[in-house]
Amino acid sequence: MKSELRDLYQEVVIDHSKKPRNFRKPEGANRSAEGINPLCGDEITVYLKLSGDVIEDIGFQGAGCAISKASASLMTAALKNKTKAEAEALFQRVHSMVSEGPRSNVNPEELGKLAVLSGVWEFPARVKCASLAWHTLRAALDGSGAPVSTE
Amino acid sequence: MRLVREGEAPGSLDVERVRADFPILQQEVHGKPLVYLDSAATSQKPRGVIDAIARYYLDDNSNVHRGVHLLSERATQAYEAAREKVQRFVSAAHAHEIIFVRGTTEAINLISQTYGRTRVRSGDEIVVTVMEHHSNIVPWQMLCEEKGAVLRVAPMDDDGTLRVDELERLIGPRTKLVALGHVSNALGTIHPVHRIIEMAHRKKVPVLLDGAQAVPHLAIDVQALGCDFYAFSGHKLFGPTGIGVLYGRSELLEEMPPWQGGGDMISSVTFEKTTYNKLPYKFEAGTPDIAGAIGLGAAIDYVSGLGLDAIAAHEHDLLTYATEALRKVPGLRLIGTAKEKASVLSFLLGDVHPHDIGTVLDREGIAIRTGHHCAQPLMRRLGVAATARASLAFYNRREDVDALVAGLHKVREVFA
Repeated sequence: MKSELRDLYQEVVIDHSKKPRNFRKPEGANRSAEGINPLCGDEITVYLKLSGDVIEDIGFQGAGCAISKASASLMTAALKNKTKAEAEALFQRVHSMVSEGPRSNVNPEELGKLAVLSGVWEFPARVKCASLAWHTLRAALDGSGAPVSTE
Repeated sequence: MRLVREGEAPGSLDVERVRADFPILQQEVHGKPLVYLDSAATSQKPRGVIDAIARYYLDDNSNVHRGVHLLSERATQAYEAAREKVQRFVSAAHAHEIIFVRGTTEAINLISQTYGRTRVRSGDEIVVTVMEHHSNIVPWQMLCEEKGAVLRVAPMDDDGTLRVDELERLIGPRTKLVALGHVSNALGTIHPVHRIIEMAHRKKVPVLLDGAQAVPHLAIDVQALGCDFYAFSGHKLFGPTGIGVLYGRSELLEEMPPWQGGGDMISSVTFEKTTYNKLPYKFEAGTPDIAGAIGLGAAIDYVSGLGLDAIAAHEHDLLTYATEALRKVPGLRLIGTAKEKASVLSFLLGDVHPHDIGTVLDREGIAIRTGHHCAQPLMRRLGVAATARASLAFYNRREDVDALVAGLHKVREVFA
């Protein structure tokens, strides 16, 4: 297989897309937001159980491609028990990595499992797939309740 | 689908010679020969079209319908000659029934904003089908919202065949227009439009056909069809983007108020009163896309030169070949298997999302469309979020289908 394709569809990505973690509405969820990608019709809802400033639980539901599902799944795994500020910081780094690739200042190795999304930047048409869950997370954290769109 | 008999000749079209006329097809993408299977989104342009546009800008560029100088005369002549080519291409009775617009979307909006706004009242109904492209849904929704009218939607069978009986039941005393696609962009279904027009006309209801996906594949005769309006885009007919056609029957166009106001659509203007120009200029405010019209004329010349019969035979052979080949790919499900189809194949592959299919195929040099195809209500009806769609034109060949099948095996490998 071509190396860029392998970079995009790493085993962890395929695994998370087929068996998404936290694919549920957590009990006691008190924040949620919907995200859509109007270009492809992908839809996602991110649920948070916020306790003060801490994300006590997080889950998601929806339909999407392998990249968007894996990104959402990995995101939920990474953010449990993190503070809002930590989540925002991680959003910035992931967003920068998937949209700018090596031009960004982000070292994928410091992002743990999320590093598997580092190949996305080579596929400009797929950057929105990887970032949909993260934009939706931000909306849920804001608590504005307005649906977010990648457009 | 109609089947070709064993051993039947696939038509008299010399694909390799045709392909030589399309410079864009002679390239590699991602290190692989380009396999372009997205002609339903936009078709490629033969050199003759590109040359005609260049020649206009190199030699004749000038504004139409106003100059006394030679260039303006030449530009006007070329622009009006393009209109006559369109007239002959769709067998319209008069050249002034051909209105140049930006594309199918603009044509439908024009009808909605003129015919629709003057005829449709509160409680009236517009009938469409569940298979429509958004461009044949949203303009009617906007009109219905403004007028308090109702949009009625004809259903289909699971295989993508329109329920003509149900459509007929929807046409009632309050129906002001039936607006439907001639060929479904997402599924390829060819609707029995002649029958539908007859049935609507029996109830004195006019019919608008969205022909965007039909004109590249079928010979169109608007008089034989008896349709009241027919809309299509140049860029899906191997012509340039930015130019399209609205055909309307004279009697209807005459009665309709103008849409946009401006230059070229007037006979005389004073601050007290403006009188409008005659057809077709009444609907062509502002300087038109002259080069686009000329390019479309060249595209029509090209398609007519190949012959729509030869094109249809070739595409039918390809569709049959592709349908059989795709059915053999494990886990592949064709979406839209109506008996009468244009060369469009929508499909799903196991539980792989169409976008992922599209990305893997792209790296193999294969261009397909993935997503909802601007037909979200249809996707909802099918219970899917999106499909992958391969659409074939006369410049495609069996090798392109073989490449697609090989690419799909690659997809299965990646997502095994």
